[in-house]
Order: sequence, then structure tokens, then C-alpha cells
Amino acid sequence: MDHYLTAWLLAAAQTALFVAAAPLLAGWVKRVKCHMQNRAAPPVAQVYRDLAKLFRKQPVIAENASWVFRATPYIVFGAMLLSAAAIPLVAVDLPTGAIADVIVLVGFAALARFFTALAGLDIGTAFGGMGSSREMTVAALAEPAMLMAVFTLSMTANSTNLSAVINFNLDAGLVLRPSFLFALSGFAMVAVAETGRIPVDNPATHLELTMIHEAMILEYSGRHLGLIEWANQIKLMIYAVLMANVFWPWGIAREFTAPALALGAVAIAAKLALLAVALVVWETVMAKMRLFRVPQFLGFALLLSLLGMLTHVVLETG
Amino acid sequence: MTQFAQIGVFNQAIVLFAALVLFTSFIMLAQTRMLPLIFSFAWQGALLAVATALVAFVSGHSHLYVSALMTVALKVVAIPWLLYRLTLQLKIQFDAEPVRHPSLLLLGGAGLVIFSYSVALPVVHRSGLATRNTIAVSVAVILIGMLLMIARKKALAQVIGFMSIENGLFFSAVVSTYGMPLVVELGVAFDVLVAAILFGVFFLHMRESFDSLDVDRLTRLSEARDSLPGHGEAGEAPESHP
Repeated sequence: MDHYLTAWLLAAAQTALFVAAAPLLAGWVKRVKCHMQNRAAPPVAQVYRDLAKLFRKQPVIAENASWVFRATPYIVFGAMLLSAAAIPLVAVDLPTGAIADVIVLVGFAALARFFTALAGLDIGTAFGGMGSSREMTVAALAEPAMLMAVFTLSMTANSTNLSAVINFNLDAGLVLRPSFLFALSGFAMVAVAETGRIPVDNPATHLELTMIHEAMILEYSGRHLGLIEWANQIKLMIYAVLMANVFWPWGIAREFTAPALALGAVAIAAKLALLAVALVVWETVMAKMRLFRVPQFLGFALLLSLLGMLTHVVLETG
Repeated sequence: MTQFAQIGVFNQAIVLFAALVLFTSFIMLAQTRMLPLIFSFAWQGALLAVATALVAFVSGHSHLYVSALMTVALKVVAIPWLLYRLTLQLKIQFDAEPVRHPSLLLLGGAGLVIFSYSVALPVVHRSGLATRNTIAVSVAVILIGMLLMIARKKALAQVIGFMSIENGLFFSAVVSTYGMPLVVELGVAFDVLVAAILFGVFFLHMRESFDSLDVDRLTRLSEARDSLPGHGEAGEAPESHP
């Protein structure tokens, strides 16, 4: 009973940490990027200040907005919160990990996207509709690639549960699996597209012709905008943690003792910091892609995931 | 059935490099520019050489080291360099060839992988080598090379496809029987080199006669087109219509 209680408390604490640390990761990415491009960098805490400012401000809502527009920030944030609860950050085998497997995580992302797209259409502005249509185009191509990468993982580990996959990888030790290499590359490309980073979308601009995600949320302000921004930072963190903990699970806590948990926290912090640097290097060397090139980009991601699955079947069995 | 995790790290590395060789085949299939196409061919050669050296290390067949060295000398250095010089000479280094359905082509490549898996399955079951699973990959490399030759019209891309078929044949020999006899390999390597040089001469002639490296032009009689303007077939170039 006591162990049960500890596990639930830990799960709650881990979720809280996940949500609280997400802006930190976004701030770190921004800071490294500024340094990389020889610009003066804002402090990491600036992201928190921006969020606090947005939450203090009064939201302005268009007259013709329906309940969809008002409910969307909460739905999006709720979906991201639930996803964050299901992902092992510091420790595996937490009770919240059993809520959802990887396929449900993809579903949560789809739910959030669906409502964001609806909210973009709801107001009836030209930009909102354009952004929604673009977002759905990207999503329709990104989701199969993501699912294919997920299936490659779960075929190897014989489970779609994240904790089970991570435990399988930890037990197997270092195995050079070509399928994981391809699945990771495909997953990384999908993550770039889904979190709206360069080359698919540029999160830092509001340029009419190129924006995808920003076009949908153009009408939001105040705490609504704050929630959506925060949800986006959580989304970035979700993809980063998935890559870090599924493909390099070493360091994650498998028992609920203080040293193991501390090691887990340090390990994930180091992995995320490194991944952020990798993302910044990628974003600095790549140029923003024309929108009509995006299907090709995602088609390549799909091919990588498909190759991961094929190499698993062809090379790693029998 | 042995588990993949238990076959040892070197055998896993062979499998990993085999997968990367297959991946470079797909890169070539997707690449429409000439210079990156040559570079990805060179990469395929390099990965092939590493895989061959690993097979030599694991199996203890030292003549495979010679094959690996030969692969580096020919397919990473000599042939790419020849083709590179040729592209600069013909000034086609910035050419991009429009491929009609790029995604369909890649999916076709994936289909070929599945096909070669089913074809290689009986061979794999009879073989006792640790590298037996990679036979399917080598067959797939051959077939994707053929697909590249079919899908492209530019002669240079077709030559790359041809060389990539040769890569697949070499790889299948290495992984299914630990390589052909050295004499045969030397002969084949020499043939490939000669072929690369001959292709170069052929390119220059083609360029001189047609002002293009599009092999579709070879099926057309140039006099016939000149004398009968507007009477060409439906698929003829637009400039022949009045």
C-alpha cells in the first residue's frame, strides 16, 4: 500500500516537473540558438516571464467566436498534460504510464491538432483558415510516418507501452539495430514537422506566406495564448523526451529510491540539453522549405520509418 | 532461431552497414541532381567497403580485405572521380532531372525490398552464415539499381544505376558465400572501371550528336524529324509541332 502511494506521488511529481520544465527547454533552445547565430541571448527565464505576462493580460475574443474558440486552449493544454503524464521522464514503471501507450499519445496529439484547426476556422479570418488547411496537410503526412516509427519500436519490444519498451531496451543493452536507427531518423523528421520547427515551419516569425501554426492561433491573446504557447512547449518536450528516453534509456530510474531518481533527473537533463543543441544546429544549417516541398520531406520521413520496419523484418528476425 | 541481440556486436555492425547500403540506394533513387547522385554512389561504395572489411574480420577470410580495399580504390575514389570530372566537363553539374512521381518511385523501392525478402527467404533458410539475413538486402540493392535505370532518362543517372547493380552483386557474393574467388573479383573490378571509361566516351559522343544526355533521343532518327515537321508521334518534343 505504501509503495502504491509513493508511486502515485512520484507520478504526480514527475508530471508537474514535466510541465514546469517544458518552458525551460524552450528557453534553452532559444538561448543556444542566439549564441549560435552571434546574437545577444535572452536569459532562460525569459520564457517564464513571457508566459506570466500573457496569463496576467485580459484575453480579447472576437464577437463571432463560438465555444470552440474558447474551449480550444484548455483542450489543447489538457491533451498535452495527459500525454506528459504518460511519458516516463525520470523513472519508468510509474502507474500513470499504464494510462496510455504510444498509439494513444499519437491520438492525443491528433485531438489537440484537430481542435486547434477548428479554432483557426472558427473565427473566419483568412489566415486562420489557411493555417488550418496547411496544418492538416502536414499532419496527414506526418501521422503515418510517426505511427510507422512507433510500430517498428513496438514490433521489436513486443509492446506498445512506453515503460515496457524502455525496459526492453535497458535489458537488451547496447544492440546495433538498423531498424532503430531508421525509426529514430524518421521520428526526428516527424518531430521537426509536428513541433513546427525549421525547415517545415518557423516558430519565430509571423510571415504570412509561410506560417502554419502561427496562422491558426493568430487571434488568440491573453491567457488563451499563454496556454497554447505553453502546450506547444510541452509538445516539444514530449518529442524530445520520447527520443531521449526510448532510444537512449540509460540512466532512467528503475526503482523509486533517492539516488536512482537523482541520477534519472540528471541523465534526462543532460540528454535534453544535448538534444536541444542538436536541434539548434539543425535549425541553423537548414533553410526554411517552400510549403510545397514539405510533402517530399515528410514522404522521406515515411520512407525512413518504412525502412525501419522492413529492416526489422528482413534483418533482425530469423 | 537466434535472437538479434545475441549474435555479437560485429555481426550486428555488418547488418547495420548492410541496412545503410540499402539506405544509400534509396537516397540515389530520390536524388535528382547529378553531383549529389555521384556522391551518394561514393558513399554506397564506402559503406560497402566497411561492411566487407567487417565480414572479413568476423569470418577470418583475409582475401576479403583485398576486396574491401579494391572497393575503396574503385568505387569510392576512381569511378566517382571519373564521373565527377565528366560532369564538370559536360557542364551538367547543376542539372536536376525532373522525376515524375518521386514518392511513388520510393514506394516502388520499398516494394522491391519486400519482394527480394520473399525471394531470398529459401536461400536464407538453407544458409548457415551469420550474415545470411543480409542476402535479401543485397538482392534489393540490385533491383533498386535496375529501378533507377528504368526511371531515369539521363545517361549519367543510368550509369550510376548500373554501377549500383554491380555493388549489389558484389555485396550478395560477399554475404552469401564470403566473396567470389579473387581472380573473378579482379576481373569484374577491371571490367567496371573500363565500363566507366567507355561510358565517358559515350557521353561525349552523345553530347556532340544530340546536345543532350537524354537517352530518349537515341530512339529517334534525327533526319526523319528534320524532314517531316509536325508529323511526329504523340510523344514527340513540343518544338517539332508547327
